[in-house]
Amino acid sequence: MHIGKTGRLFAVAAVAASLAGIPEASAEKVLRVIPHADLKNLDPIWTTAYISRNHGYMIYDTLFAMDENFVPQPQMVGEWSVSEDRLTWTFVLRDGLKWHDGKPVTAEDCVASLRRWGARDGMGQLLMSAVASLEAKDARTIVLKLSEPYGLVLESIGKISSNVPFMMPKRVAETDPFQQIQEYVGSGPFVFKKEEWVPGAKVVYERFRDYVPRSEPPSAAAGGKVARVDRVEWLYFPDQTTALNALLAGEVDIFEQPANDLMPLLESNPDVVVDIVNPIGNIGFLRFNHLHPPFDKAEIRRAVLMAIKQEDYMTAAVGNPKYWRTCYSVYPCGTPYENDVGSDILKVGDIEKAKAALQAAGYDGTPVVILHPTDIPLLSAFTQVTADKLRRMGMNVDVQAMDWATLTSRRAKREKPAEGGWNMFHTWWIGADVIDPTAIAFSGNPDKGWFGWPKDEELEKARAAFARAQSVEERKEWARKAQERLLAIAASGHIGQFFTPVAYRKSVTGLIRSPVFFLWNVDKQ
Amino acid sequence: MWGYVLRRLLATVPVMGVVVLVVFLILRLTPGDPAAVIAGDYASAADIARIRSQLGLDRPLLEQFLTWLAQVLRGDLGTSIFTNLPVTTLIAQRLEPTLLLALTTITFSVLVAVPLGTLAAWRAGGLLDRCVMLFSVAGFSVPVFVLGYLLIYLFAMGLQLLPVQGYRSPFTDGLGPFLRHIALPTLTLGTVFVALIARMTRATVMDVLHEDHVRTARAKGQHELRVMTRHVLRNAAVPIVTVIGLGVALLIGGVVVTESVYNIPGLGRLVLDAVLKRDYPIIQGLIILFSFVYILINLVIDLVYTLFDPRIRY
Repeated sequence: MHIGKTGRLFAVAAVAASLAGIPEASAEKVLRVIPHADLKNLDPIWTTAYISRNHGYMIYDTLFAMDENFVPQPQMVGEWSVSEDRLTWTFVLRDGLKWHDGKPVTAEDCVASLRRWGARDGMGQLLMSAVASLEAKDARTIVLKLSEPYGLVLESIGKISSNVPFMMPKRVAETDPFQQIQEYVGSGPFVFKKEEWVPGAKVVYERFRDYVPRSEPPSAAAGGKVARVDRVEWLYFPDQTTALNALLAGEVDIFEQPANDLMPLLESNPDVVVDIVNPIGNIGFLRFNHLHPPFDKAEIRRAVLMAIKQEDYMTAAVGNPKYWRTCYSVYPCGTPYENDVGSDILKVGDIEKAKAALQAAGYDGTPVVILHPTDIPLLSAFTQVTADKLRRMGMNVDVQAMDWATLTSRRAKREKPAEGGWNMFHTWWIGADVIDPTAIAFSGNPDKGWFGWPKDEELEKARAAFARAQSVEERKEWARKAQERLLAIAASGHIGQFFTPVAYRKSVTGLIRSPVFFLWNVDKQ
Repeated sequence: MWGYVLRRLLATVPVMGVVVLVVFLILRLTPGDPAAVIAGDYASAADIARIRSQLGLDRPLLEQFLTWLAQVLRGDLGTSIFTNLPVTTLIAQRLEPTLLLALTTITFSVLVAVPLGTLAAWRAGGLLDRCVMLFSVAGFSVPVFVLGYLLIYLFAMGLQLLPVQGYRSPFTDGLGPFLRHIALPTLTLGTVFVALIARMTRATVMDVLHEDHVRTARAKGQHELRVMTRHVLRNAAVPIVTVIGLGVALLIGGVVVTESVYNIPGLGRLVLDAVLKRDYPIIQGLIILFSFVYILINLVIDLVYTLFDPRIRY
């Protein structure tokens, strides 16, 4: 075959263009996002991982959804009603809802989905314990009958964070709640491309062209979910510096949770916007083990609370005051149940007073085993601040270094600290998860409650009364009572409220202000 | 020789058996519970216990081991606890970037290091030799992540010639994008291996240069290039090949830092993620793979010796 001079020139130009990486012309709008974690699991009911929850919001839809004022609004539901005795709730699905495989969404699908969620989620279990029957009346009507009045029906099925009651096809939702689902068909604004999923590296979604968004403007998880890009790629970066460089170089569009020490570089770049889109942020938490000395005594736990100075924790762990605030309510500041009942003890922040209280409580030098997750810088900083404070108070502190995975199994042990148990660890909750007394973090029931296992009957009564309360005022009153008990028994230490900004290219618009990171309504110029 | 190969391959069976047993026991004795990681912050002890039961982690260790062993013997490395995907699928996804990065790095390293090391030995004590030795020490001393960030700063952020991160497949994305994305990781990793191989080449070549047969070749008036290639390098090849072989084995399993800095979805990152999450099937599967690769590469190195040194016979 003879190739002429012109042909050779073309060939050389083609090779050169290929090596130079000239992109192919494409009309497809692709949004590249660095998520806060790697998506390892695709079943947002089986796991509580926030990244799986965010994946759930991409592909699934919910019956109700929380708006920016923390009020549940209909999402998949069109019309709904409640009987006068508030025991029978009827929900009618909107017209035109379809699964990604093209089949219509039915009430039976939703009933099966609610049942599976209700078997795993704490709030779901509470709701289901009050449910007499849950049935599909016809293809689009769901009827939920309660055996007793329950005040959090809509708040439960519209809850914004893990586990979110996502709707799945009946055949998928009938999976054992303790087994992972095998099929990922939703009815949400994006379709999951399983064949392109590379765990640890990449997750791909495409716009669901048959999705029918609501007409209202987006408001947190509620309102119209309009997918404005054709394709979303989650690109997981294990290294924060590389993620920063990729954003600065324009190779990605959004960096969901940059580390605090990267903020100066991001803020000084004219092509990048740094923005706090989560208005309630996260709450730092110091957790006592109530089962074993010395923290089996409320007086000793309260003495430790007197040593906590939130500014110390936040400065050490977060740094820039733009990204944290003190908050002395057990519910996040800026949310409906924020209050200051009993919170004086959190404002003491004085080692000498704490020391005196510790002596008065009869501390006998029992070692305090603190679990120290060295692979999570924020929690490592919290731990070191506490260890220093306890030592200055005169406590015998044993800080045990480990990775987070080890901590998660260790904290489940109820044995004595000398036998593999523990006395204290630190964590944080996203604000949306501790917004009211029903949060498992606030449980006072050691049999069903969270690690640390506080026991307080009055607290449990207040939590139960909150769940049954029918009016907002009544709920606020029970939330205050629960807080009073939580601080009286010093169930946990509250060490500050902090915010993780999102960084994105200036070409990106439409990020929704919400405790959860959503990608509908987001556009790219 | 085929008998030797067969014997060596058969010898891998008990070695792999020991590896399999030790890995299984170490993982089970290491603190950490995947059920607790899966269950997350909201789970009760009952939830964790139920997940442990579903995963089979509450069964006696021996039963767990035998079940897994039976799977492995059937060629099934199990299913990831977290992703619910077969371990073989996860490994297959990561194999291409790892193998191609190893290939480009070793090719680059050999092409640069062997001539450099040979020249340094040929002109031992001279300026070139000192430069090579200086580079060699620097190459060893600078941590890979520092070098990686420096190269990114220079070539990606500063000159904007190459991308910051990512991997493109030559098979699906084309040769150009592949080369652009693999260039900096290759340069980063290659620097360490160039330092290592150049130093080893220099030392070995210097030894051979002083041997009688080289002196004889020169006395016979042979051209210096011919002396170096036919008489010196050939005799110096055995230790150099050993280092190169070990380098390949290291590159397949141990380049976590480079993969992280350049965001390459390779096997190193897969194993690290699995360890952090206690995803036992992935860790077990990868260690079996890495052990097998090490054994295989050692065998290949032993066989390659016969090409360079006819005195070696199996």
